[in-house]
Amino acid sequence: MANLSHLGLAPQTETAAKFNPGDLVRVHVKIKEGDKERIQVFQGTVIQKRGEGSGKTFSVRKVSQGIGVERTFPVFSPNVAKVEILKSGKVRRAKLYYLRDLTGRSARLKDKQTGNE
Amino acid sequence: MRQLYGIKLGMARVFDESGEAIGVTVVEVKPTPVVQVKTKAKDGYEAIQVGLGEKRKSLFNKPQLGHFGDMTPMRYLREIRLDAPSTLQKGETLTVDTFKVGDHVDVTGISKGLGFQGAVRRHNFGGGPVSHGQSDRTRAPGSVGASSYPSRTFRGQRMAGRMGNARVTVQNLDVVAVRPEDNLLLLRGAVPGKPNGVLLIRESVKGVRK
Repeated sequence: MANLSHLGLAPQTETAAKFNPGDLVRVHVKIKEGDKERIQVFQGTVIQKRGEGSGKTFSVRKVSQGIGVERTFPVFSPNVAKVEILKSGKVRRAKLYYLRDLTGRSARLKDKQTGNE
Repeated sequence: MRQLYGIKLGMARVFDESGEAIGVTVVEVKPTPVVQVKTKAKDGYEAIQVGLGEKRKSLFNKPQLGHFGDMTPMRYLREIRLDAPSTLQKGETLTVDTFKVGDHVDVTGISKGLGFQGAVRRHNFGGGPVSHGQSDRTRAPGSVGASSYPSRTFRGQRMAGRMGNARVTVQNLDVVAVRPEDNLLLLRGAVPGKPNGVLLIRESVKGVRK
């Protein structure tokens, strides 16, 4: 596909800040209910980033009450208000799909700085 | 009728105010100069000829350069038919802001050439069964006619063959954004052809879709 990134279709929002696969993040999502708007937080591990330019997305995985939940967000969506990086995991690949097959202790990632957990 | 020629750049994703994602085609419409005005008296019909695209000057011969006069020679020459004599003179330009956000347009271009394709891909045939003892028939076109009467296959029978590389029009696309500063037009949805293809963008003939 032609590279259109120079056209500036993707607004340089704070969401576009650097986070990488393996990072533990809190994604602040704007939710509209009727005419009210509130922020919902989705916390989990970034397992992939894909796409280029304005269509770039990332996926966050968490385990909620024993059930694995993944959500994919467009990086430049105005509904993604903020992405907080809580921890950076030490990982050796760009797509962490292998985490889907792991549970409990083996599904943890080592911290990039401290090497703990 | 409002008409423009542009170059397809590719597709991208933009977001509307509610955060909804819209798949758009990005079309570059640089100011398009009128190269020649055709008149009923001289040419038998009313039209303007416009030029777009870039090409090295050394690739033109002298008669071609002469046609452009003192303008920069351009790669493509295309005509826009008019009902009434042109209000634009040679050298005046057409620009993106011919269209505004919310307009509906029809886009004509040359579709991607797909080469020789079978009847399943080219005409959406169903193909044959995959089971019940059948073999080698999963993508076959089936019968092409009856028997000793008429003893021939009717003209127009849909078969495998060259697909694409034909003039295709997509109707009623929304104009999502117009960016005169970058000479860009963002249209909702897909348009025919590959990036760098020439597109004719016209005011929609069918009017507003709802």
